[in-house]
Amino acid sequence: MNTSSAPRKIRIATATLGGCFGCHMSLLDIDERLLALVEIAELDRSPLTDIKHCGAKIDIGLIEGALCNAENVHVLREFRANCKFLVAVGACAINGGLPAQRNRFDVGDILSKVYGDAPDGRSRVPDDPELPLLLDKVYPIHDVVRVDYFIPGCPPSGDALWKFLTDLIGGRTPRLDYPQFHFD
Amino acid sequence: MSDSDSSFTLDGRIIAFAPGQTILAAATAAGVYIPHLCAHPDFPPHGSCKLCTVTVNGRDGSACTIQAAPGQEVRSDTPELHEIRRVLLQMLFVEGNHFCPGCEKSGRCKLQALAYEIEMLSPHFVQFFPHREIDASHPEFFLDFNRCIMCELCVRASRDVDGKNIFALAGRGRESHIIVNSPSGKLGDTDFAATDKAAEVCPVGAILRKEIGFATPIGARLYDHAPISRVDLAGQEK
Ligand code: SF4
Ligand code: SF4
Ligand code: FES
Repeated sequence: MNTSSAPRKIRIATATLGGCFGCHMSLLDIDERLLALVEIAELDRSPLTDIKHCGAKIDIGLIEGALCNAENVHVLREFRANCKFLVAVGACAINGGLPAQRNRFDVGDILSKVYGDAPDGRSRVPDDPELPLLLDKVYPIHDVVRVDYFIPGCPPSGDALWKFLTDLIGGRTPRLDYPQFHFD
Repeated sequence: MSDSDSSFTLDGRIIAFAPGQTILAAATAAGVYIPHLCAHPDFPPHGSCKLCTVTVNGRDGSACTIQAAPGQEVRSDTPELHEIRRVLLQMLFVEGNHFCPGCEKSGRCKLQALAYEIEMLSPHFVQFFPHREIDASHPEFFLDFNRCIMCELCVRASRDVDGKNIFALAGRGRESHIIVNSPSGKLGDTDFAATDKAAEVCPVGAILRKEIGFATPIGARLYDHAPISRVDLAGQEK
């Protein structure tokens, strides 16, 4: 047994669904504290590493974005299955956010309004079989999978993400300080 | 008259009250915050949102409607009551459309500020995503009923203070909604004015003045730095 080996690094993964990537930008906004984070943690699947599937069981999975299309649902389910703690990051993941502003309209109407009114009268609604189908409505992620933690904000600040991560990794109940707690 | 003839305890603290005062009014006067949404010091209590739920001598009730009485033992700041309040807030959020980043009331909205105060991290329930109208017919104000919580403060203000009866609650249960009293149902066809009391009472972003937008930057808004429990007590309900 090698007693001198460093403790196992915490595995963090991130994913994005229908979102603007702002929450990932906030993660980068923890600035030089990233260096302290990589001392104790390893970044697995993430748009930042370009790894598409979780390599091993993930301790903390951060996910941004809402469920807008069938692929989002697939990504979310796979991500949930691989993460010990799943964290909904930001307004879109938590309540549908900006993407959900389309929910007052019929998805078919939106597509024909956006793509259908070409000058020559032909519809150009994209129908390539590679494209994931849009859902009828945009849904927050807790409508489909169990979510362990929520970090509100649009996006949450780097400070909020840092507070959350250090609390969780430190074994405390994650709790945002008042100025970090916001919905916008 | 001894002290206990005109005082009750709130979370163990002795609160003096004047005859006829509600528990909420007496607590506010004594500098203790009890969460509330539909209550406003200028109007008789409405008792509809239940956010002010407290336990009085072992029974739950609304602090904004229950009259203070000598010797009452009132509990407000308990994890159990905050849990009830959190669920009430979550229900208010899911039954409307509250997209705070796109709302001009954000940062000075009482619903949002209470969600911060009571640490509501998610809406928890399945969202209704209702279809509600926006009325931009008035030159100076617009109505966005997606954010209305049906506290009826506008109804009370327009009826009791402005004497105009511009707003009313219509429908029942899930179909309840605020309507505008004009032949077209539009605010632009009423004598609603910026000087009306009804123009300033809405606790959320349902009645908003035009041409202001997001004038106050994030960081300088009413509830950006301190919670509603401190801000509202200091400003005595602004
Ligand atoms: S009314 Fe308040 S809670 Fe609703 S969207 Fe506006 S700021 Fe958010
Ligand atoms: S419009 Fe505003 S004041 Fe009127 S009932 Fe709705 S939330 Fe209350
Ligand atoms: S504040 Fe008492 S019920 Fe709304």
